[in-house]
Amino acid sequence: MVEFNLPKNSRVVKGQTHKAPDGATNIKKFKVYRYDPDQDKNPQLDTYEVDMDSCGPMVLDALIKIKNEMDPTLTFRRSCREGVCGSCAMNVDGTNTLACTKDLAEIKGDAAIYPLPHMPVIKDLVPDLSTPYAQYTSIQPWVKADTPAPGTERLQSPEDREKLDGLWECVLCFCCSTSCPSYWWNGDRYLGPAILLQAYRWIVDSRDERTGERLDDLEDPFKLYRCHTIMNCTNTCPKSLNPGLAIAETKKLMVERM
Amino acid sequence: MSTGNRPLSPHLQVYKPQLTSVLSILHRMTGVGLAVGALMLVYWLNAAAYGPEAFERTQAFLAHWFGKLLLFGWTWALFYHLCNGIRHMFWDAGKGLELPQVYLTGWLVYIASVVLTLLAWTAGYGMLGGSY
Repeated sequence: MVEFNLPKNSRVVKGQTHKAPDGATNIKKFKVYRYDPDQDKNPQLDTYEVDMDSCGPMVLDALIKIKNEMDPTLTFRRSCREGVCGSCAMNVDGTNTLACTKDLAEIKGDAAIYPLPHMPVIKDLVPDLSTPYAQYTSIQPWVKADTPAPGTERLQSPEDREKLDGLWECVLCFCCSTSCPSYWWNGDRYLGPAILLQAYRWIVDSRDERTGERLDDLEDPFKLYRCHTIMNCTNTCPKSLNPGLAIAETKKLMVERM
Repeated sequence: MSTGNRPLSPHLQVYKPQLTSVLSILHRMTGVGLAVGALMLVYWLNAAAYGPEAFERTQAFLAHWFGKLLLFGWTWALFYHLCNGIRHMFWDAGKGLELPQVYLTGWLVYIASVVLTLLAWTAGYGMLGGSY
């Protein structure tokens, strides 16, 4: 449902400022969303003054520096630090991206850092991703075949394999889904760009034999057709993939089989 | 730790407006605007059918600066919704969905809607000889 304002318990209030260490000359301010589930308080925006002369080049470097040197309570997910795990997805400087591959030099002025938009927040920059994960399960992301398994791998021509390029690279960080206003308003029933890209990945896989069944499952006013081609998804994808195109191709397949 | 009362993370409040989302919401808004404009058109036709007095009153309203502003807005809304609708038709055919194309056609639609609106009004005033 469309709701422009945040619920009462979610409105962000002013937080505290953590000063830069004495002698720091090259300071950048980080305004970071904080929420502590153990305290009965609204989320707040804390300011951290980071000494950039001793900070790595990426947003994640700054977050780790803050956690190590200024405030160990700051909570965020991270793992691979090179854009292949999708853990550190967050809203940086107004758009969703992976903190580990976002260059600090691209951010003019203060750096605003929020969790992925329109998600329940577990703590600080950690959103609850149960809903998109459940939606991922719902599309049954594995090869479904009725023909008996051959003694070797199920083979695929180079051309058929090429159809999966631009799809298999998705790391399920949900930057795209949480950038999509349609997913904000109807995320309980609309699958969102990340999951629809994954659905398409199995639809076009030449080894999968349940294409019709997969399309049947998407034939629904909400699951697929809440996409209005806003294209925020493709605009924000940190892996430069094109969920908007994958959804358009899926809609075309729906029409073509009628 | 409570799990039932989790706050909702900010969305519209923090997400940067960009060409993709702005043109999309403009498409929705011009669509709604045109529906209201269609009511005005019906009212105008109805006034014409009702009689010279009613028609004169409607004409006077539309010739007022506020009426003209509404008409100008509707003209732009019509051209914007038309041009962007054509863009959507290409998208539905799976074409023009690469990001550089999305931005190029987005700006084209925006510029075309402004140019067509100005052309329509220039042509309209030209035909009337500036009497309204």
